[in-house]
Amino acid sequence: MQNHFPLWKNLLVLIVFGIGIIYSLPNLYGDDPSVQVSSTQPTNITQDQSNQIESDIKASGVPVKAFEFKDGRILARFSNTDDQLKVADLLRDKMGSSYTVALNLAPTTPTWLRALGAQAMYLGLDLRGGVHFLLEVDMDAAVRQAEDRNVDDIRLALRNAKLRYQSVAKDNGFFKVTLKSVEDKAEILTALDKDFHNLEITEPEAEDQIWLKLSDKETREIKKFAVAQNMTTLRNRVNELGVAEPVIQQQGENRIMVQLPGVQDTTRAKEILGTTATLEYRLVDVEHDVQQAVSGRVPVGSRLYYERGGSPILLDRRVIVTGDQIVDASSGQDQDGRPSVNISLNGVGAAKMAKTTQVSVGKPMAVVFIEYKVETKIVDGQKVRHKEKVEKVINVATIQGVFSKRFQTTGLDSPQEARNLSLLLRAGALAAPVDIVEERTVGPSLGQDNINKGMLSFVVGFALVVLFMAVYYRLFGVIANFALAFNVVIVVAILSMLQATLTLPGIAGIILTVGMSVDANVLIFERIKEELKHGITPQAAIFIGYDKAFATILDSHFTNLVVAVVLFAFGTGSVKGFAVTLIIGILSSMFTAITGTRMVINWIYGNRRVEKLSI
Amino acid sequence: MKTTNINFIGNRNKAILFSSVLMLISIVSLATRGLQMGIDFTGGTLIEVGYQQAADLTVLRNTLDTQGFDDATVQNFGTTKDVLIRLKPHTDISNADLSTKVLEAINKTTAEPASVRRVEFVGPQVGDDLAEDGFLALLYSTICILIYIAWRFEWKFSTGAIIATIHDVVVTLGLFSILGLEFDLTVLAAVLALIGYSLNDTIVVYDRIRENFRLLRNKSTEEVMNISVNVTLSRTIMTSLTVILVLISLFFLGGEIIHNFSIVLLFGVFFGTYSSIFIASPAALLLGVSAEDLMIPVKEGADIDRRP
Repeated sequence: MQNHFPLWKNLLVLIVFGIGIIYSLPNLYGDDPSVQVSSTQPTNITQDQSNQIESDIKASGVPVKAFEFKDGRILARFSNTDDQLKVADLLRDKMGSSYTVALNLAPTTPTWLRALGAQAMYLGLDLRGGVHFLLEVDMDAAVRQAEDRNVDDIRLALRNAKLRYQSVAKDNGFFKVTLKSVEDKAEILTALDKDFHNLEITEPEAEDQIWLKLSDKETREIKKFAVAQNMTTLRNRVNELGVAEPVIQQQGENRIMVQLPGVQDTTRAKEILGTTATLEYRLVDVEHDVQQAVSGRVPVGSRLYYERGGSPILLDRRVIVTGDQIVDASSGQDQDGRPSVNISLNGVGAAKMAKTTQVSVGKPMAVVFIEYKVETKIVDGQKVRHKEKVEKVINVATIQGVFSKRFQTTGLDSPQEARNLSLLLRAGALAAPVDIVEERTVGPSLGQDNINKGMLSFVVGFALVVLFMAVYYRLFGVIANFALAFNVVIVVAILSMLQATLTLPGIAGIILTVGMSVDANVLIFERIKEELKHGITPQAAIFIGYDKAFATILDSHFTNLVVAVVLFAFGTGSVKGFAVTLIIGILSSMFTAITGTRMVINWIYGNRRVEKLSI
Repeated sequence: MKTTNINFIGNRNKAILFSSVLMLISIVSLATRGLQMGIDFTGGTLIEVGYQQAADLTVLRNTLDTQGFDDATVQNFGTTKDVLIRLKPHTDISNADLSTKVLEAINKTTAEPASVRRVEFVGPQVGDDLAEDGFLALLYSTICILIYIAWRFEWKFSTGAIIATIHDVVVTLGLFSILGLEFDLTVLAAVLALIGYSLNDTIVVYDRIRENFRLLRNKSTEEVMNISVNVTLSRTIMTSLTVILVLISLFFLGGEIIHNFSIVLLFGVFFGTYSSIFIASPAALLLGVSAEDLMIPVKEGADIDRRP
């Protein structure tokens, strides 16, 4: 009875096999070129709008393969990329800037598989084509900006407190305040201490000086903030690019990775990523009629703006505060638990804000978000660079009282809205400059080439190994081949479940796994042969062969695993993909090559008298 | 395959001499010629373009020369229709715009516009970082393995395995240097995969030595090692062959981008197999390994806890 698996073990292997098949299946279905429409506004697309778009597409005469409307997003599938591009152009013209029209490759996974949560692997940029950017935030500039702001603030604080001073100068990270007379020192110190918690105050040997400096904590905050706000800005911009599945991630301390699958026009992508944005606070003009302004009679001293929803609003021509005067913005709650955004201004902004609010309590104030976009258009065959200013009112709130440096904006719909606004405020305010430090673009033809070549070398490599094993180990080799196929199925299934990104090195990793995963079987089979040579009965040889080989397999595979894990930890991009496939391959090959083959061998040879093994 | 009885360990001096010569050549080449580092590590721009017809490289070179890109190298990539242009990091113009400018330049002189297949731009700082990460990966994997094998076996085996692995890596890199092949991120990944593979092979042999130390108590260390290498020989060769089969497929069919990756692994598997047969065990032997080193105190029940 020694070569017999208990029922649970048989079931385990079969269940794992079944699950593996189901979850690897979606990869066999291809993709449909499709157009995805989503709203850039907080409100989703309505059923009516969807119906309208559907009939628009039908009217254009382009055959649609399928039209889906789900979760406020529209997905129209086509049978070829020409149709896809035609409809994308059509919709871009029709929909305007409130909607994102993106090209996408929609998987054709059948509904029953999708219901089980089975999805195809995500193809990396080297396989589907697209751009990868690595942007570096200029931290020195971010800190420098913060230092300049602080010097201004110190001057203003001293002036406001009516304290005498000679000069405030920036020197090597220090803000050096030179006093007019030493007697003022104590008073000035108290004033500075009160207003500048974020600065470290030191008293140098020179009696008539006070030195201030950004604390380490503050510097760290500034840097963190610089990256965070750049990421927010980038995310907003990428949405405008019309990319279906963008990836924006922080990498390291000061870098941001942006991946735009399917984007070919890198020039345009670079332009959009390089857009600068800012914002302004303005009073709302409540005295004049908005409708009249819309029809062309804008009153002197006012300007016509549009809110995010599209409704017009009249604002005062004079700006209260601009974005570069905002030091920080964070979301929170007011005393009554309503969502709010807390804003801090620098000295100059605070003074202007105080002056305005003193005379405007009870009046509405608006926040205008301004973006400068650089667009390249072809006019008469010539490329013309055109800088466009886009202005949008993102928030209108009533002034509840007089305030200056710090204030709260309430009247927001939800905590989510508050978070978004604070992000926008920060993002619009003072973005530290970014540089593109790495770019990788893969054209669509190369992507398809890579897939084809990867598949071909996989199939041929697999076939060679299968043939070799079957010839050398006969029946046992055939069984090992089933385990090998099983292993590939599991690797693909796990990669799909993890929604891992498949890259060309990843495919190479799977191919390498094919070559290496038979190692466990070779070890077992050689051991069985050895035992047979020693004159042990076939049944016992199988048992001892598996038993003795197990320790060796464990040791050797584990060492291999250690290396793969290190590779994963230090690898970047596509190398990581390679490491992931290697790790999964090593682990699953131990299961398939040991337990999987044993099950089949037990079925064939277990529980009966065996004279000779086909090995 | 019959169990062989080749005196591998007895002839260890020949193998050591052979490997020493290989290592020496490799190190000399690495020191003098160095590795042809790809833009992943040096920084720079790489543009792959495709044409419908065979591209005239001379025209492209001249165009780039006159347009101020005199440091550009232009060569065919895979086929005569595909062209690879490489540029060093520029200081005068923004590197991000470099690829756009180069494409504009070459499209001026050719009748047919080039279709961009791939653009890679790596800033010098990123290149340094990638190189540093790569070096750290090599270092940490070596340390991890040293510790793991020392724990599972014994430090002399651990050192022996590392010697064999370093041998494989150095000789493979040496060959890479001699052949002037480009060393990039994927190649580095292949080198790390090779470390894993080479160790895997060595461990199988060591495992058998450990087992035989306990079984064959009346034999000398040298004899035990020789028997162990011989009985595992067919496995060592079989596994290497299956891996080589897939690598050959990858080399011939996987395309230009994966070429150097498969070359590293082909060399690596070859040397890894050689070193696990000829180098790993003699290295441990020279370090003075003996049966006593692996005799685990009885109370631990060494054999029982390894059973599945």
